[in-house]
Amino acid sequence: METPDSVSLTAPPSDYDVERVRADFPILGRLVHGSPLVYLDNAASSQKPYSVIQAVDAYYQEIHANVHRGAHELSIRATEAYEGARAVVADHIGAASASEVVFVRGTTEAINLVAWTWGAAHLGEGDEILLTKMEHHSNLVPWQIVAHRAGATVRFVDVRPDGSLVMEDYDRLLSDRTCLVGVTHVSNTLGVVNPVAEIAHKAHEAGAVCLVDGAQATPHMQVDVQALGCDFYAFSGHKMLAPTGIGALWGRKEVLDHMPPWQGGGEMISEVRLDGFTSASAPHRFEAGTPNISGAVGFAEAIRYLQRIGLEKIHAWEADLTAYALDRLGAIDDLEIYGPRENRLGVISFRYADIHAHDLATILDQKGVAIRAGHHCNQPLMEHLGVDATARASIYLYNTRSEIDALVDALGLAAKLFGVT
Amino acid sequence: MAGHGGEGMELSSLQDLYQQVILDHYRRPRNKSPLEDATHSLTLNNPLCGDVIDLMLRLEGDRIAAVHFEGKGCSISQASASMMSGVLKGRTVPEALQVMDTFTRMLHGDAAAAADTDLGDLRSLAGVSKFPVRVKCALLAWNCLEELVGSDTSDS
Repeated sequence: METPDSVSLTAPPSDYDVERVRADFPILGRLVHGSPLVYLDNAASSQKPYSVIQAVDAYYQEIHANVHRGAHELSIRATEAYEGARAVVADHIGAASASEVVFVRGTTEAINLVAWTWGAAHLGEGDEILLTKMEHHSNLVPWQIVAHRAGATVRFVDVRPDGSLVMEDYDRLLSDRTCLVGVTHVSNTLGVVNPVAEIAHKAHEAGAVCLVDGAQATPHMQVDVQALGCDFYAFSGHKMLAPTGIGALWGRKEVLDHMPPWQGGGEMISEVRLDGFTSASAPHRFEAGTPNISGAVGFAEAIRYLQRIGLEKIHAWEADLTAYALDRLGAIDDLEIYGPRENRLGVISFRYADIHAHDLATILDQKGVAIRAGHHCNQPLMEHLGVDATARASIYLYNTRSEIDALVDALGLAAKLFGVT
Repeated sequence: MAGHGGEGMELSSLQDLYQQVILDHYRRPRNKSPLEDATHSLTLNNPLCGDVIDLMLRLEGDRIAAVHFEGKGCSISQASASMMSGVLKGRTVPEALQVMDTFTRMLHGDAAAAADTDLGDLRSLAGVSKFPVRVKCALLAWNCLEELVGSDTSDS
């Protein structure tokens, strides 16, 4: 297929060997319905490199036992692996200490943890939680639940048609009634990057704490929680090359220290009597039960893998690929891309003619192209945009320009089947 | 483009899935409007994909005098509702449930069901059986029907 004139002719970064990166991901070698897999559903979950798969494998083959329990060799080694993983995560995001990192199942559990512990301790009648209209359901529904219980109110900062936050709206809604501000670092539907440092700073000036949903940010950019100045930062391992079922909640020490425990059980206590218990200090206070040890080990290796390549290089590669994709998709008649052109990552939601997103996803799948279709756990935003479903292609470090070309070709097949000219 | 071929079985399955008659019902849905004198109505959605069907029936005794719907979603869910509105009009409730049974069997790959001319335009949806995740789309309107009148016959 010919490249349209409008496509940027800038070359992709030359210091990035994408073929070498691709060789690290065994799944990228497989066929889907007879075509090479073109995996463009990375905002939902990323694929895993050999080194992560092998780290989990080696953990089970050589180390596994329960953590913080025994005096025997394997338990000691497993504890070292688990706590070592915590240190890797903490160091990666610039935490002041490893004890500020709580291992959780993922971003959803991290936010629920804050809602149920911090929320239960601090929210009361008439208090306000300030979110934005672009939050994923996981940074919306937990707050609706706890606000209802506490008699608090959830309010929302408006979003412009291009996906940017209306900061004047934020300034207007922020008040001394605001207890917590919750905002996503990067929109999972529009790819827009929010000014979270400014949002956190203003939240503190109003006496509120600030929680950032980093699920779509940490896979693609270097995050420094201290520089952002927030109080909580939640993210998932599985979107950044780690196994499913592991994620992290970073909390500022002085905030975590004043939060009551969440789930009760082993691990989270310091002493238990029949008439009560005293809880362990953070982070173990929030980690009742046997944790996902192998997941944490895989998480640490995923971070090391990203660090070996370098998140700056990954970011540059993806920025080029995003611009290329926006150009190529933008050149298709009657294809509408949602979200901004600049200040965004490679999460690209679009609508094509009158072909419903689910039909697009089915047709693209037959050509091996995996995209997401639907409301992306973002129903209020979709309603705000006036659409009931979009198709979403989301890129990651192993995607290439020829895969974007394959996406465009597959859209051509959809047009043919639906008689779109 | 080289390396992204596979226009054999995949393409013919897709052509079966998106036949002209389906796209016609999707783009020019029949009976897609409110039914003022409806005796039965129900809205169901598919929470995973957001498809919505609001099915409205007017029953006169045991006979379905009118079927209307409103909704939004993919071509399969909307075409299925549109086709249903034509096929069921004038039938009795037991006859409608019989059509539903045949239609459901066709969606699960039953060749005899797919050959049943009683299904009318609905037979064009036989290609959905090759796409198991889309069966729920084709059944959304029928799930409404079953909830509205499905228990009437089993009770009697």
